[in-house]
Amino acid sequence: MKILVAVKRVIDYNVQIRVKEDGSGVHTDNVKMSTNPPDDNAVEESVKLKESGKVKEVVAISIGEDKAQESIRKALAVGADRGIHIKSDSYIEPLGIAKILKKIVEKEKPDMVFLGKQAIDDDCNQTGQMLAAMLNWPQATFSSKINLKDKSIEIVREIDEGLETIEVNLPAVVTCDLRLNEPRFASLPNIMKAKKKPMEQLNAKDMGVDLTNRIEQLKVEEPPKRKAGIKVANVAELVSKLKNEAKVI
Amino acid sequence: MSVLLIAEHDNKKLKPFTLNAMTAASKMDGEVHVLVAGTGCDNVSKEIANVALVKKVLVCDSPNYENYLPENLVPLVVKVSEKYDHIVASANTFGKNFMPRVAAALDVSQVSDIIKVKSPDTFVRPIYAGNAFATVKSNDKKKCVTIRPTSFDAAEKSDGSAPIEKVEAVDVPNTSKFIKREETKSERPELGTARIVVSGGRGLESGENFKLINDIADKLNAAVGASRAAVDAGYISNDHQVGQTGKVVVPDLYIAVGISGAIQHLAGMKESKIIVAINKDGEAPIFSVADYGLEADLFKALPEFLAELNKLNTIQK
Repeated sequence: MKILVAVKRVIDYNVQIRVKEDGSGVHTDNVKMSTNPPDDNAVEESVKLKESGKVKEVVAISIGEDKAQESIRKALAVGADRGIHIKSDSYIEPLGIAKILKKIVEKEKPDMVFLGKQAIDDDCNQTGQMLAAMLNWPQATFSSKINLKDKSIEIVREIDEGLETIEVNLPAVVTCDLRLNEPRFASLPNIMKAKKKPMEQLNAKDMGVDLTNRIEQLKVEEPPKRKAGIKVANVAELVSKLKNEAKVI
Repeated sequence: MSVLLIAEHDNKKLKPFTLNAMTAASKMDGEVHVLVAGTGCDNVSKEIANVALVKKVLVCDSPNYENYLPENLVPLVVKVSEKYDHIVASANTFGKNFMPRVAAALDVSQVSDIIKVKSPDTFVRPIYAGNAFATVKSNDKKKCVTIRPTSFDAAEKSDGSAPIEKVEAVDVPNTSKFIKREETKSERPELGTARIVVSGGRGLESGENFKLINDIADKLNAAVGASRAAVDAGYISNDHQVGQTGKVVVPDLYIAVGISGAIQHLAGMKESKIIVAINKDGEAPIFSVADYGLEADLFKALPEFLAELNKLNTIQK
């Protein structure tokens, strides 16, 4: 079997983002970037399935500017076999990303596409589901446990009420939750080896799909600031404030 | 033109977040129609018909829709959506799962997780885990929108009497199968809708020590939350997690105990009306969002807190 795993390069999750003064977005210059965290889980799971012998090849793909290749190289360093970089210097909405991925799926013919459940920059939570719809494949979203069978995959999903178990036929799209696994770190020798693994480069413009963004971002602003309140001296004062001042208990 | 809202329910009862989504839907257009897809879900349709905001209920009763498998539900939603300008659902795991599939089928770019309706095509949504708010305008003719339920009041159930119309089921692909759902049972209010939430973090040091949190929660009729650190350390199950990768909560009172206040955690609770922080580290970031901060050892403060609460004559429920 073959897995296509999609990774996105985003502002590192530990960075406190800063909104631009002109309201056009957030500052990204000289800001630490890394792979979107649940995408690391998607890569880890793909590699584990390869190590189990059930999967023969793992292909990592990323769409974005040249530096998106860093996220592909990271996937290659932990065990993906080869990479595909689709270059685009401008923002593409999840709908457009899914259209590009569909083109690649038609060419590569994987049995499964793995993605993170959500990107932590635009927080859309759309790409995997959209790709599944376009391919007319079943989907397993927010997966925290995966059991790959011959012609299907059994998934435990994180839902608001607890956990849900479903089984979907292959081929399928799987989106990964942070609880799916613990992503490994790449060793230095593997990072060096990853530099020699093949990476195909294509241009988003040449994919033959309509990438016109449908959503206009009119303004980005800081959320209303919450100002720190007061420190209370002891528990009795805290309870008194909650009862008599805030009137919440 | 009108709005089509997809109801979330368990075939017996409506899930409360659908009422919040109704309020948001009514701000896009006054003509709100609700689709109930399920099996044996008559009671749900009647419940919805009672909401004064709702102008029509569409019900599709078929075993295909018992468990909201998106492969089955989406072809129905796509068919019914023909007459509508807006297709909306709540942005919880229900709406997040199926709505992008609807949007892609209609070739629409979805607007996810909105917190404000500025006009029928312009919305505010949080990005970067709520560290920025983006105002966005959808230029698609049809709009697929998911709604952050805690940002809108619940529509009131009254003596409305919307007509209930039947809709034919459509073919399903049979590519997916529901096996089981394990719901976390609790005597306490649900985390997402509780008026008070008491949360514990790594400072609790063990799962057993969460008893201190549970005791306070029981006294206040509160839900129990946790930071990701506490969940990852195995102190408590992950459905209690508050934060960017857990639940977003907006209670009247949020009490954070032994939680330092990582960005991911703040993203899930900083819209709460009143925030209390109890932490022994006076420099912990949680104090920067707290209305009332108590710098103290939680193992001493929590028993005292419970004792003080016991002294009160009345506690709001």
